[in-house]
Amino acid sequence: MTNRQKAHLQFTLNGEETEVAFAPHKTLLEVLREDLNLTGTKHGCELGECGTCAVLVDGRSVLSCLMLGLDTEGRRVETVEGMADEGGLHPLQETFADTGAAQCGYCTPGFLLVAKELLAQNAKPSRKEIKEALSGNLCRCTGYVKIYEAVELAAARMRGEEAELPRESVYGYE
Amino acid sequence: MATNNGHGNNGDGRGPKTKGAGARPEDLKVVGKPFRKVDARSKCVGATKFADDISLPRMLYCKILRSHVPHALIKAIDYSKALALPGVHAVITGKDLPIPYGILPVSQDETALCVDKVRFIGDPVAAVAAIDEDTAFDAMNLIEVEYEPLPAVATIEEAVETSEPRIHDYGDYNNVHKTVHLEFGDMDEGFREADVVREDVFFYEGNTHLPMEQHAAVGHYDADGKVTLWSSTQTPHYVHRALAKTLEMPAAHVRVIATPNGGGFGGKSDPFNHEIVVCELSRRTKRPVKVTLTREEVFYCHRGRHPVLMKSRIGVKKDGSITALDFQSFLDGGAYGSYGVASTFYTGALQTVTYEVPRYRFRGLRAFTNKPPCGPKRGHGTPQPRFGLEVQLDKVAEELNLDPAEMRLKHLVKPNTVTANYLRVGSMGLGACIEKVVEGSDWKNKFRKLPEGRGFGLACSSYICGAGLPIYWNSMPHSGVQLRLDRQGGVCVQCGSTDIGQGSDSVLAYVVAEILGIDPFDIRVVTADTDLTPVDLGSYSSRVTLMTGNAAIQAAERARELLAKAVAEKLSVPVDNLSFAERRVFDVENPEVGVSFPEAVVLAESKYGTIGTVGSYVPPRSPGRFKGAGVGPSPAYSYSAAVAEVEVDADTGYVNVPRVWVAHDIGKSINPMLVMGQVEGSIYMGLGEALMEEMVYRENRNVVHKFPSLLEYKSPTTLEMCDVFTYLVEDADPNGPFGAKEVGQGPLLPVMPAIANAVYDAVGVRIDEVPITPEKVLAALRAKRQGKDARYGPTRTPSPAWPDPLKVPTPAEGGDGKEMPRVAVHS
Repeated sequence: MTNRQKAHLQFTLNGEETEVAFAPHKTLLEVLREDLNLTGTKHGCELGECGTCAVLVDGRSVLSCLMLGLDTEGRRVETVEGMADEGGLHPLQETFADTGAAQCGYCTPGFLLVAKELLAQNAKPSRKEIKEALSGNLCRCTGYVKIYEAVELAAARMRGEEAELPRESVYGYE
Repeated sequence: MATNNGHGNNGDGRGPKTKGAGARPEDLKVVGKPFRKVDARSKCVGATKFADDISLPRMLYCKILRSHVPHALIKAIDYSKALALPGVHAVITGKDLPIPYGILPVSQDETALCVDKVRFIGDPVAAVAAIDEDTAFDAMNLIEVEYEPLPAVATIEEAVETSEPRIHDYGDYNNVHKTVHLEFGDMDEGFREADVVREDVFFYEGNTHLPMEQHAAVGHYDADGKVTLWSSTQTPHYVHRALAKTLEMPAAHVRVIATPNGGGFGGKSDPFNHEIVVCELSRRTKRPVKVTLTREEVFYCHRGRHPVLMKSRIGVKKDGSITALDFQSFLDGGAYGSYGVASTFYTGALQTVTYEVPRYRFRGLRAFTNKPPCGPKRGHGTPQPRFGLEVQLDKVAEELNLDPAEMRLKHLVKPNTVTANYLRVGSMGLGACIEKVVEGSDWKNKFRKLPEGRGFGLACSSYICGAGLPIYWNSMPHSGVQLRLDRQGGVCVQCGSTDIGQGSDSVLAYVVAEILGIDPFDIRVVTADTDLTPVDLGSYSSRVTLMTGNAAIQAAERARELLAKAVAEKLSVPVDNLSFAERRVFDVENPEVGVSFPEAVVLAESKYGTIGTVGSYVPPRSPGRFKGAGVGPSPAYSYSAAVAEVEVDADTGYVNVPRVWVAHDIGKSINPMLVMGQVEGSIYMGLGEALMEEMVYRENRNVVHKFPSLLEYKSPTTLEMCDVFTYLVEDADPNGPFGAKEVGQGPLLPVMPAIANAVYDAVGVRIDEVPITPEKVLAALRAKRQGKDARYGPTRTPSPAWPDPLKVPTPAEGGDGKEMPRVAVHS
């Protein structure tokens, strides 16, 4: 049994000032899931290999399984639970849901946050830029195709354009 | 409760005829439309509760000690130090859970924890429950196990030849688990008729599912003596049976809830040791117990693609028509039975449903080896022989100087026929699939016409839409659906099926919404809970859309009938005049005369009492009557064709796949967008299998997994994934709900052979095994330069003792599906 005293952390979590006490060796992933009950952040390896546990710290994507909880003292952490607000889903969440970019949905939170980071830096990324930005996230269900399409659709809508999926993305080619 | 409680009319062994299939496409309001999945938004806001997201008050955490030796007798286990560690509540070993189990009735060869011997590195030996994961981990490491090592069996050949030690004390002989020998028709005559006879040897390396979610489970034995298991499983019904058996509890006291699966692909289809272990630890500690496997442990759970060595002998006429096919497969099964007997039969079942094969012989052998057990992965037992067959046909076409696409098109199996091995083919859209990819890829201007280093390859395939027979013999439905209609208009669909990301919950909602004329998002879907939902056998063998879809149609039509009668009486309109659409029930001739859907439910409930209906589905009976005819039959077969484009770097051997064109005969899309997602995901997974994914072992006689990690087990990232051009062919099948067939597995199958064929087109070397790694391409290019056989792949197969063939005359020979009597031989 671990007998170490708990550490105490203050940080901004999904826009709210948050305090939490936890065993000091815990990763940010563990603090979020186990001590704050925010289970939207998933894990696929806990070794920094799959991108599933990605969250944003001060707006930059990090693998929460490789970051100590203690290292987020005073910083701004955003998880998938913080993407939607009273106004509804984030455009990325909406397009991921509407296009089938989330199949099993397990890798989805990580993809959403990395995509959000991308769109904050580049409002109109090319397909190649999307692939590069998302290359650290593994998905076994979708073949990534619907994910690219969801990111492109959300980006267009965030730019104020009226956009829909191309017909062949939904029904296939004639 | 139910006023209409009839079961599927299976008196003749056939399922209910689906009226849904007769609906005119222009009348459909939900089916065929790209609705989002009913659970999609929860998944995108992080609200979906996967198994590891469950946390119960006073919950303990479990860790499982696994064997670090491949094959050994357990001489002693001392866990006193572990039990003495503060925070540890229980330690159990094999003696505490000695009852064997396994997915197949013929392979009850696992125990939750090894009793007297371990069979592979990763085999579970003891389990700990403690107040947190760290404590459980420390305790696990304090358990002392004394092993007496046994020689390990590492390969198929060793398994065939090694009489002692045997990994299991059952099986055909030595370390051979199972042999099969089936012969359909006069093979000698078939090969005599041939203008060309080829014999090729292929190898398909094993690979694993790699779901992003590691397996996890929570067991809770409550104060009233009942146990509940939440688990990331594709088959809650089979887990339910295994728990009742191994825990020695009445099944009625066991509840299994399959949590949404974070990816399955077949890897969560077996009942698993950790599921039994957490229930037993909970029974002992009277507290909930959770286990979450590490990624490394997921590699040991495995049940993935069998490595298969194959020899295919084919006779063809000059026009490319097949006169006879003689196929042998050798499967490396790993340490346990799992689905392996079925896998073995599947490596010999579906060779006949694409192109006409008038005479067919199949020999299959599954070996036990001291490696993680193999089982079903997407395509279960069929990608390996399909790879061999489609590459061999490419060689045949070249030898005969025929275009491989045209050659295939000429000899397709005809719809509504029975194959030589007694598979009944219904709808058959492969011709249209081939035409789509040939046209879309500009095949005629590309194949054999591109510069050195670039190539095009084509391959086709077929897959079942659910198995015709259940895993354990019974005559009950394969799928059941229960509907409850609430007097305020709510509709609840209950079904045992498990959503593993493919969208099966949504399919239930779409089908019911279509028939009751309501919105799919009005419907509450309750699935995969053995206390609340009727049995569905599970999410495997691409059975769910077809089987639950048909059951849902039957339940919904029964509910509609009750509502229609009540509304007809109220409105004084003939029942047949009533239509259900846009949340209303109305007179089609006079649409303003009608009631809202909730009013219709109130009328029906007032007339009949509480409204609940059920539907069920039993597949049609297969024409095969011989022993072994149970694997291969299906209510329908899906078809796929693919063209792959490759770029091969002759200096590095690296193969890049920029594009794949794929056409899939879906029958009818219940939701085209979800079908597209399944096709794209299949191409992706096939690309990984074709180029990089492999289970590789090292040292200790080659039985230690080389790299049980997501980093070292290579799978395609966004940077490797190809562009996909998809065509959906809708050749409605009368057995499918609204005509629908499967899509989850079939489109994966043509990818590997299409890429291998394209590599040949690009650089003129044959890579007769997957994955097609740079090393293999370079070796083949080197052989080509040296004037040797421009090929990489196996050259020989073992020559085991085969059982006498079970001879079955083909339908064309006047056979009735039964085997010929064996001549008794007395020594």
